Amino acid sequence: MNASLSKLVGGKQGAIGLALLAALIFVVLPLGVDIFRLNLVGKYLTYAFVAVSLVLLWGNGGILSLGQGIFFGLGGYGMAMFMKLEASDPITTKIQTTPGIPDFMDWNQITELPWFWHPFQSLPLTILAILVIPALFAYFIGFAMFKRRVGGVYFAIITQAIALILSILIVGQQGLTGGVNGITDLKTVMGWDTRTDSAKYILYYVNGILLIGSILLSKYILNSKFGMLLLAMRDKEERVRFSGYDVSNFKIFIFCVAAMISAVGGAMFTLQVGFMSPSFVGIVPSIEMVIFCAVGGRMSLIGAVYGTLLVNYGKTVFSETYPELWLFLMGGLFITVVMFFPNGLAGIYEKYAKKIKFLRKFSDAQPEKAADVVPTNEIKEMGAKA
Amino acid sequence: MFGYSMGDIGNIMIMQGFSGLSMFTVLLLMALGLAIIFGQMGVINMAHGEFMTIGAYTTVMLSKVAATYGFVNYYFLIAIVLAFILAFALGYFVEFIMIRHLYKRPLDTLLATWGLSLVMQQAFRSSFGAKEMSAELPEWMLGSFKPTPDIDIPINGVFVMVLALLVTAGVYIFMYRSRWGLRVRATVQNRVMAGAVGINTKKVDRVTFALGCGIAGVAGAAFTTIASTGPTTGTLYIVDSFMVVVFGGAASLMGTIASAFGIAQAQSILQFFMTSSMGKVTTLLVIVGILMMKPEGLFASKLRK
Repeated sequence: MNASLSKLVGGKQGAIGLALLAALIFVVLPLGVDIFRLNLVGKYLTYAFVAVSLVLLWGNGGILSLGQGIFFGLGGYGMAMFMKLEASDPITTKIQTTPGIPDFMDWNQITELPWFWHPFQSLPLTILAILVIPALFAYFIGFAMFKRRVGGVYFAIITQAIALILSILIVGQQGLTGGVNGITDLKTVMGWDTRTDSAKYILYYVNGILLIGSILLSKYILNSKFGMLLLAMRDKEERVRFSGYDVSNFKIFIFCVAAMISAVGGAMFTLQVGFMSPSFVGIVPSIEMVIFCAVGGRMSLIGAVYGTLLVNYGKTVFSETYPELWLFLMGGLFITVVMFFPNGLAGIYEKYAKKIKFLRKFSDAQPEKAADVVPTNEIKEMGAKA
Repeated sequence: MFGYSMGDIGNIMIMQGFSGLSMFTVLLLMALGLAIIFGQMGVINMAHGEFMTIGAYTTVMLSKVAATYGFVNYYFLIAIVLAFILAFALGYFVEFIMIRHLYKRPLDTLLATWGLSLVMQQAFRSSFGAKEMSAELPEWMLGSFKPTPDIDIPINGVFVMVLALLVTAGVYIFMYRSRWGLRVRATVQNRVMAGAVGINTKKVDRVTFALGCGIAGVAGAAFTTIASTGPTTGTLYIVDSFMVVVFGGAASLMGTIASAFGIAQAQSILQFFMTSSMGKVTTLLVIVGILMMKPEGLFASKLRK
């Protein structure tokens, strides 16, 4: 029992890292910032779901999906459809030509609820749909691609094209999806107002718990035999195939898991922000989420969360004060990280953590000489972590 | 069919077909550059659209200069050459500082060049403003000719098409009939052996990449004749041109031409009968569907991997 638990969190170091992240999310941030900023952090943390899914898929599986926005969007739209239907009951929408359907449908001369909206009238079905539809969609894409041994850049390009198709489709079918504005004015879940401060706190904590849960699930997957196979597949796919494993099934499985985790993030996004729009589905958000993951470290589940928070914090600060500089900075950051720090923040941290350990050993032997070397390194390490 | 008579359908087909041809030229030129870079070197250049935008801005700026000094009638030819040179030079530089360090990590090139495209977009916005600009076309390019009263074919469309055909022929000669092309193909087939027989493979890489970017610049010059240029113009075509390259089968010149033609025509004709977004969605869906069944593309050479 104890051994499997330690395997789950990844030993002593993994447990400390996870505890630090949990402390930051559950204690430091709620105490340190007001509810407006906390809501913003909550929004960023929903992107972290996608970054975590990319660590599984890209860092460990070597499968770069430039279409994770698809699954984030499917999850987000699922939740948004449920909340929209609840917001448009016949009494509040009685001024419409057809009461009881969402307002944008009425504006587009639609007189009946489309068939695919019906399941979203019930919360259990909605939650089921949020988890199952993205996974099924991922299964379909993965089955078609991986069974034919399509991988690498081809997979990246095709997922990108699918993200583009989906976003054009949502924008184009205004009457069915809300078009470019997305689905807006979402207020309640089963009569519970999500816009009050207390609801925001509760949603923030639910989001945090789900995020830690996703990280634990991912750790569990990565620490199992399957995780080893995933790494082996990334590095020498042919060899794994010749050892008798069905590589494509593993790839499909991890793609489905990643899709599910992203979809949970999308649903939490809708709950906390109160709307969903096609601008979170297309190519640009999908690639941005890859940046979050790359900055945090494509091999580190916890690093991906820090990367997401850091990049988004930078985006908020810079786009408020120097909007012109931000794209330069973002592009530059991306180029630098990819070229010089392929393992992101986590890679930098590990490099310096090892150095410090080495120096500590060294300073035990010669305490007076090494004493002034250690602190500067510690400062660097703290800088890297922040 | 859709409430049109057969004669109308014929005319619509021809005219939409022709407007599809302008799109075909831009797509073809974009895809040619990409196909050279991706097909020959395996590098995904996400900033390719921005190299096209460089060409487009060059043409627009030159047209403004031409309007003040009065050589509007033939500035366009200079613009094409200048667009090529500028995009080529920048491509050469980018390969030197960035791409060459990433050849062993193709997925990372994709991400790094996307970062580059962000930087370039912002650079365009800062230097030319966020507003779209259009070039002043020379008089001989305006207007249209009418083979029958119902059919209207714009001359600028014909001009860019001729341009695209010339560039394609040029690329063909360069790749398959010149010493340089021989070296490029040798490097692609076996890098180590090519190096052993005295080919400077690093230089080949750099020139190949720069050439692809230069052709994107020409695509930009052609683009100004059909639409106006803004900082994010390049992003409009990037996915389409990737689709063209993958669909046609990378490293196949004929495949690139055929798939650029097919995709542009399908979009143009479908957009007339459906809404513009549904036309695009249908085309892309069909391509993705075909690619899922035939991932190596339509015209890929049969290779054992």
